[in-house]
Parts: sequence; C-alpha cells; structure tokens
Amino acid sequence: MRHLLDTKTLSREDALRILDVAEDMADTQQREVKKLPTLRGKTVVNLFFEDSTRTRISFEAAAKRLSADVINFSAKGSSVSKGESLQDTAQTLQAMGADAVVVRHGASGAPRTLATSGWISAGVVNAGDGTHEHPTQALLDAYTIRKRTFGDDSRGRDLEGLRVTIVGDILHSRVARSNVWLLHTLGAEVTLVAPPTLIPQDVSAWPVSVEYDLDAAVAAEPDALMMLRIQLERMNAAYFPTEREYSRRWGLDPRRLKALGPDSIVMHPGPMNRGLEISAEAADSTRSTVLEQVTNGVSVRMAVLYLLLAGERPEQDREDVR
Amino acid sequence: MSPSPQGTTLVVKGARIEGADATDLVIEGGVIAEVGTGLSRAGATVIDADGLIALPGLVDLHTHLREPGYEASETVLTGSRAAAAGGYAAVFAMPNTSPVADTAGVVEQELALGEAAGYVHVQPIGAVTVGQKGERLAELGAMASSRARVRVFSDDGFCVFDPLIMRRALEYVKAFDGVIAQHAQDPRLTEGAQMNEGAVSAELGLAGWPAVAEESIIARDVLLAEHVGSRLHVCHLSTAGSVDIVRWAKKRGIDVTAEVTPHHLLLTEESARGYDARYKVNPPLRRDEDVQAVREGLADGTIDIVATDHAPHPAEAKSCEWQAAANGMVGLESALRVVHQAMVDTGLLEWTDVARVMSRTPARIGRLDGYGTPLTAGQPAHVALYDPSESGAFSVDHLHGRSVNSPYLGRELPGRVVWTIHRGAITVHDGAPVEVPA
Repeated sequence: MRHLLDTKTLSREDALRILDVAEDMADTQQREVKKLPTLRGKTVVNLFFEDSTRTRISFEAAAKRLSADVINFSAKGSSVSKGESLQDTAQTLQAMGADAVVVRHGASGAPRTLATSGWISAGVVNAGDGTHEHPTQALLDAYTIRKRTFGDDSRGRDLEGLRVTIVGDILHSRVARSNVWLLHTLGAEVTLVAPPTLIPQDVSAWPVSVEYDLDAAVAAEPDALMMLRIQLERMNAAYFPTEREYSRRWGLDPRRLKALGPDSIVMHPGPMNRGLEISAEAADSTRSTVLEQVTNGVSVRMAVLYLLLAGERPEQDREDVR
Repeated sequence: MSPSPQGTTLVVKGARIEGADATDLVIEGGVIAEVGTGLSRAGATVIDADGLIALPGLVDLHTHLREPGYEASETVLTGSRAAAAGGYAAVFAMPNTSPVADTAGVVEQELALGEAAGYVHVQPIGAVTVGQKGERLAELGAMASSRARVRVFSDDGFCVFDPLIMRRALEYVKAFDGVIAQHAQDPRLTEGAQMNEGAVSAELGLAGWPAVAEESIIARDVLLAEHVGSRLHVCHLSTAGSVDIVRWAKKRGIDVTAEVTPHHLLLTEESARGYDARYKVNPPLRRDEDVQAVREGLADGTIDIVATDHAPHPAEAKSCEWQAAANGMVGLESALRVVHQAMVDTGLLEWTDVARVMSRTPARIGRLDGYGTPLTAGQPAHVALYDPSESGAFSVDHLHGRSVNSPYLGRELPGRVVWTIHRGAITVHDGAPVEVPA
C-alpha cells in the first residue's frame, strides 16, 4: 500500500488485510510490553491543519507503539486562505525526511493533492479531509462491528449480510462517506437516516437506502446503529429548525434505545453531544461501542502505518506525478 | 488612433474563406483590396494559405486581461498576444480589474493599453455597478460617451442580484444601445460552492453549485428584459435548463443573446475527480447531458456565440487545495481548436457557422464596428488562417499569455492557427505571435 486516501478505491482484499493485521496488532497490545520495534528509524509526521486531539493522539500512539519517530506538525491557520501553502509545508516535510505523513485538512481532496503533486515522496494517510473521507475511522468502525459480531473468529471475515444504519449529518460527514464505501465493499447493507436537508442532493450513485424516519429504521433492527455528531452551527444555515426538534426526530433517546433489537450495537465516532444526537443512556449502555472504537482505532492505525511503511511497495503502486 | 503603418501589401494565396473553395486575397492599407483567383501584387508579402481556412478575425466577448491591478496573472500586452495566437482580432475586456473599470478614466486607460500593445483591438466592458458591488449604478453614460465607446456592461464574477438594480440597468443602457451581460449566479444558493452539485460533488465532498442557481437568474432576467423592452446578454451559460429557458425566451420574442465557453462545450464535472484545480471554474463544469445540451443550443442558434472567459491565474492560485484555488482557466489560444473538436468534428457546425459564432455575432452583440465583417473587398482586413488538418497535444508552447492554467495541457486537439492578420498587419506568423505588431 502506497497511500491510504479513501475507502472508495480500497479493494476488499486490501481492506481485509488491514483489518486482519489490526487483529495482530490488537493481540500485541494485550502484552505487558506494548511496544514493537517494527518501524524503528521511520519518521511519521502528523500534519494537522485542523484541530483534532482524538485522531492525532490515536495516530501518535499507533506510531509510537511501532517505535516510529513521531513529529506533530500543527499547521492550523496556515492553510486555505493565508500563510504558508500546502506545497511549501509538504516540501518542508520532504526536506526533513518524513516517511509517512498523516494529514488532517479542512479542504476535501487535500491529501490526494499532497499524494499526487510530486511535492513529497512519503506515503500519505488521510486522517480526515473536509467533507470527503476519513478512511481510518471507517476501518476502525468495520473492525469494531466485525469483532462484536464474530469475536475471536473475526480474521478473514467480511461483513456480508450485516445491516448498518448511519444517522445524522450525512451531507457534511467524511465519516459517513468512508463508511458507505467500506461497508459496501465488505458486503454490509447500509441505510442512511437524516433530515432531507442533510443528505447530499444526489446520492443515486451510492450503494445505500435512504430513510427519513429514525423510528422506522430502529424498528428494522439493524446490526449496528451509528450516530453521527451534529454540528450546532448547522442550525444557522437552515438545515433544521432547532436543537430540540433535531433531537426529537433524529436523536437516539431512551425510548428508541429500548425499541432497538437486543443484539444491535450503538456506535458513535465521538466526540458526542450527549442529549442531542445520543442520550446518556444510549452512550453508556452495554451495547455502546464508543470506547471500543477508540481502542480499536489504535490497532487499525498501527496496521495502516505498518502496511504503508514496512510492507512491500511495488513500483507500479506509485502515483503518477502530476 | 491606429499604431499600424498599414503600408505592407499582403497576398494570401489559396485560402478557403469560411470553408469554401480556395481563393486569393489581396490586403492593402489595412483593408481587403481584392478577392479572387490568380491574384498577385508586385513587392507584396505572399502567404501560402493552401489548405487553410480563412475566418474573419475572431472576436471574444468575454476576456479577463487583469490589468490594471493583477499584472502577475496577465497584462493587456500578454493577454492580447495570447488572443492573437488564438486567431482573435478583438477582445472585450471584463471590468474586474483593480481599480474596477467603472469609470470613463479606467476604460480609456484599458483602451490605450490595448492600442499600445497592438495585437488586437481591446474593447473595454464597463462595470454595471460601482466597484461591482451590486448597489449603485456606475456612470454607464460616461463610459459610453468616453473614447472607449463602451456598449457592453457587466459585473462579471458577480451577479447583478438585486432585481431592481438589474431592471434599472437594463432600462438605462437603452439610451446608448448598450447591453447588460449578466453573470447568472444566485449568490445565496452558491455560498462556498466548489463544483457542480450532483452525484460527483456528493462523492467528492465538495460544496455544490446547483444548476438552479444559474437558471433561476436567467429566468428572472429574460422576464425583466421583456418587461422593459431591453437587450440582455447571458454570459457563459452552462446547463441544459438554461438552454431551455433562453430557447423559450427567444421564441417569445425577448431580445436576449447567450454565450457558451469552449470548456463547457468539451469538459464535464468528471474532471474534478482528481481534485486538480486546473478544472475549477465558475460556472463549474457540468454533467455530460449539459455538454450535449449546450452543443445543441449552439448548433440551433439558441446560444449565439462562443466566448472564452479567458481567466489567467498565477501558478500558486492553482497549485493548491481545490477549495483554496481560484476559479478560471485560460482559453484564448485553445478556443478555436476546442470549437473545432466539439462542434465541427461532430458535424454540428460548418466553418461559416464558426465565423458567425466566434466573430460576426459577438461583434454585433458588442456593437463593435469594423470587426466581424465578411472577407470581401472593401472590408477591414482582420483574418485568421487556420489549418484544420493538423492536430497534436496542446502544450505550454501554445500558450502566449502570462499564465498557464489551461485545462487542455496534454490533451489532443485538432487544428492550428497559422496566421492572424489584424488591420492588414501580421500579428501571428506561422503559428507564433510576432515580437512587435506592425
């Protein structure tokens, strides 16, 4: 694997490889000494143009447990409109000898621009770009669903026949996009639930069904119900009238939690707005996987960095220089 | 007024005027002196035009020359040189300079810069509103009466969104046979917009520029033009719905004209997939259905002209994140070749139609006397000689302006502009602009 830019173009084979390597990584994390020597001498740069403490420390923990040197480059404010350009930042990192760049950026497509521009030879991992994709989040979500479903028997299995329902601001969600493509590739059936204003205007090319009614979606007893964080500033742009109305129609409140099938799990990428899209009861219930998702995130990111930096790098994988 | 000595005599041998049978032209004193076969003049410069199509010097109703204010992107000199290289004899320069061309002083400066450059006639377009802010009418009459004789007014880059200001502008310019060229874009429906809204924007996570934001403004404007009996020109129309609205308006007798850019005739939103900002443009590249619809609209006369929307930008404005990149692409040097591919090779237009949509009609819409005139004896000598049989990959070597943000680099395009003649003087010699136009 040369880069991880999206799940849209990630093959089933590559996705399963990442998930299976993540299983191995998780096993090592049960040991007393968690650190592996695998990436000793490699440099991983966390290049964050947007604040995201959670994602950054997850990647940092993953890189450090593989013994890589980690440089955190917080470039907030030097992005889109003013200051140092993406090109200059990338070339600076190149000059410093980065082996992998983990990039979080507010502009959709920025990781691809970084990977294909010829500014840098390091492998690029997309840690969330604008409203486009967040592939490691989807991989850790898939890992979590698989683990909950198959337990120790997870290795080598896909998600064939499982039903996953994603609820919330689909339009602006990179988590939703990455999950749609990956879950579909792994054989799951995906349903999106949202106010019509928060679904992209044309999702005819997406392998999903769309539903506006959360009660109906809950009654269908999905295997996993994934609640997305709602940004309160969306109210100002007329996507929905009030917080209260959103919560009432699209929040996972105690009543809906009770109506959910006994084997359904409740997921959330975090950080949660308790009382808005998810009630405390749902967040803290035994069916909630919120903390497992965080733990699994480290294993999945270890797997991605391992495959990027220690795996074979066939010459034909190299992206064309634009 | 003219910097051209116009002393040289040219004999063009064997050109096919607008695609017709081969003939000769004699050019003397800046005008076409004689058209016929077997012509010669002692001491004349002879141009072998065997197999070349002769078109009336092209006229672009929509060019951004960036001077004054943005000389890092383009100047009047470099932009008009690029125009000559594309076969143009005249360009209309949009007013979004710094300062904005919203006074007689700025438009006269623009005119003078064009005269000094000497490659093409640079015809200034005046801003509709002061500073293109959409609030108060600029001194349209002063620009019309200036030495620049402005007849086209536009806030291009911005829509004249306030319906009352638009109505007044349409009415006011009737006093001097002017026209409002509208950049049709509802600003509220396109806040933060990055590309066409649809299936591709949904996947790429780029904020959408919906077709309705263009169509709703065109619908409003044709009704306003009908109500006040004014002339309206629609800039860079890009959607199938817009073609339908203009077709309806023309049928109803509304005095509306419309333009399409070469890139909207050839490229689709699929180009955005790699986030290569060379394909970022406003209005955005649309769906394949829209490309087919604007081609049909141009073929059946619903769309009157092709205009380039030549929009130069420095490298750093394109070599960055899509969202941070500037809108626009250069187009003067490639326009005729793109029209050749999209319209002539597809059988939708003949060369005489190309002369109409790229020279005659734009000159008429802009009320530019002495351009877009037929290649007959007694007419001004503005000629583009084009070789339709050549083809090749478009490259930076074909660009002659200051910026290289062309979406066609590396793409196979037919044809080559071999000679351009402006006011009887050669501005492009065997494919290359002359150092200093005569």
